[in-house]
Amino acid sequence: MAETVLEIENLRTSFNIKGNYYAAVDGVSLTVHKNEVVAIVGESGCGKSALALSIIGLHNTKTTKLEGQVNLKGQNLLNLPVEKLNKIRGKDLGMIFQDPMTALNPLATIGRQIAEPMDYHMKLSSAAKKKRVLELLGQVGIKDANRIYKQYPHELSGGMRQRVVIAIALACNPVMLIADEPTTALDVTIQAQIMDLMKELQRITDSGIILITHDLGVVAEMANRVAVMYAGEFVEIADVNTLFSNPLHPYTRSLLSSIPSNMTDKEELHVIEGIVPSIQKLDREGCRFAPRIPWISEDAHEDKPTLHEVEPGHFVRCTCYKKFHFPEERVEDENYVTT
Amino acid sequence: MVKFIFRRMLVMIPQLLLLSLIIFVLAKQMPGDAVTGAFMGNPNVTPEQMEKIREEYGLNDPWYVQYGAWIGKAVKGDLGDSYTHKQPVTSLLAGRVVNTVTLSLFILIVSYIIAIPLGIIAGRWADSWADKMIITYNYFAFATPLFVFSLLMLFFFGFVLGWFPTGNSVDVRLEAGTWDFYVSKFKHLVLPGMSGALLATAGTIQYLRNDIIDTKLKDFVKTARAKGVPEGKVYTRHILRNSMLPIAAFLGYEITGLIAGSIFLEMIFSYPGLGQLFIQSITGRDFTVTTAIVMISGTAVIVGTMLSDIILSAIDPRIRIE
Repeated sequence: MAETVLEIENLRTSFNIKGNYYAAVDGVSLTVHKNEVVAIVGESGCGKSALALSIIGLHNTKTTKLEGQVNLKGQNLLNLPVEKLNKIRGKDLGMIFQDPMTALNPLATIGRQIAEPMDYHMKLSSAAKKKRVLELLGQVGIKDANRIYKQYPHELSGGMRQRVVIAIALACNPVMLIADEPTTALDVTIQAQIMDLMKELQRITDSGIILITHDLGVVAEMANRVAVMYAGEFVEIADVNTLFSNPLHPYTRSLLSSIPSNMTDKEELHVIEGIVPSIQKLDREGCRFAPRIPWISEDAHEDKPTLHEVEPGHFVRCTCYKKFHFPEERVEDENYVTT
Repeated sequence: MVKFIFRRMLVMIPQLLLLSLIIFVLAKQMPGDAVTGAFMGNPNVTPEQMEKIREEYGLNDPWYVQYGAWIGKAVKGDLGDSYTHKQPVTSLLAGRVVNTVTLSLFILIVSYIIAIPLGIIAGRWADSWADKMIITYNYFAFATPLFVFSLLMLFFFGFVLGWFPTGNSVDVRLEAGTWDFYVSKFKHLVLPGMSGALLATAGTIQYLRNDIIDTKLKDFVKTARAKGVPEGKVYTRHILRNSMLPIAAFLGYEITGLIAGSIFLEMIFSYPGLGQLFIQSITGRDFTVTTAIVMISGTAVIVGTMLSDIILSAIDPRIRIE
């Protein structure tokens, strides 16, 4: 097994809402190895972005409580004062943001914005910095680097800006990259280009990548391993082939059957009933997905669901997967009574 | 950039012409004219004699003839003669323009010196005790009328404590150009200047604070933090530059406020500037002086907006016109 880069242990991120803390990320553990792409998938509001921002320490410290450990190069980032964290952010840890239209400072040139992390993390002359910036622009597939270097964000298209955002993240050769839905804000053709770029980068760098997305197509293309997140918890972790060929958790199966496909003759698209509960209303006892599969009997769930390793490297939370079926499927289990 | 400034200045020419036309026509609509203002209630001047004077000064000509004559001279620097003061308007205004400009610049600069740091503190540490104190001061500054505040300043620092002179712009016994003369000028400037500046801060503080609170939640600030930029630099390099935009845009408007404010200030502190003369000239129907002063104030506003535009385009590449 390759060298471990990032180790998240029992991370709990809670937000202060009217005096009480509610966990949006609720006891998450994950290990990312060198050269590995781990995808985190789930619906909106399941805690993916909260997890990403916790790793890089971008939550408002006044209203957020972080517990557990996020270890990068043997240091727990959660304990670090912000001055020390600033020595790691942008250097060992790069972040690719969701919306390239807002992620760049409108008043600074592209060249300046890509060079900025080097100001703090690398001792380079300004000529060397410029050389490196032009090199990075080339790496992210920008042809006319010399011209773009002097331009401002408003002069570039969304796809170009996202390439710039990626160049910023790569500026200091990070060992760990977090990409928070890097294609969500782009239109479909540009999405494909950016995904191609990400794959290319994965080939040329050997950093670990956490790819946050709700696009299962992206997961299938890029990820080595997948963690499925629901209501602040991982409900299933598996390598990408296992996950697509043998999904176990009801949520994973529901997500996968929600993908529109022209391979099946079904008329209607599968829809997961209901929405992710808000962190204030979430029932933290028992299986969190249970309310959205009400046709499964309550005794199928564990009282305190934990992750079970069903085969090497394949983890599933709760026992309900054993008795799960879609409402339209016929039930062979005699213990289950249909109404 | 030079090209932009040049083009922006060219735009000012039609603006100024239009302004002069509006001012001239409006001033003509004022009840009475210079002759009524000068001889009204004077039993020795008969209406026939007044009519004769009007004819002599060209006051009975159609407005466009009068405007043409006036603007023709004005571009050559001749604004006509004051009817009441019996001297050329330019020489009448010269010293007063300097006084008013000095006062306005003093207020503008001091109010920015106070407001920008306070706005930054209030915005960066929003809801802290420092912010609450600044906001409290700000509400006072917003709510206090200038003439009330000026009178209080005059009473305490001029009369009770006697730290500063209570009127005029300089000690009349001093000779112009000496060191003591400038010291005296400055001392006369402090009370009206500080009265204006302490209240003029309100708008700037409020704008800056709100904009910083707004900007610090923007995505590009997150990007900066993710780059490992130290917190202080996040403010100086990213947030403040963006938050200065509304302040710069506000400059032209700020100057309008200063001109209106200077009328009160000059009356209260008997400071010999344009404001004081303006009131006198209106009540005396001194038409040439009134138009000249309104023209100067209008020009100041136009120059102010031009400065705003130049500063904005220097900071913000999005509005830079190539």
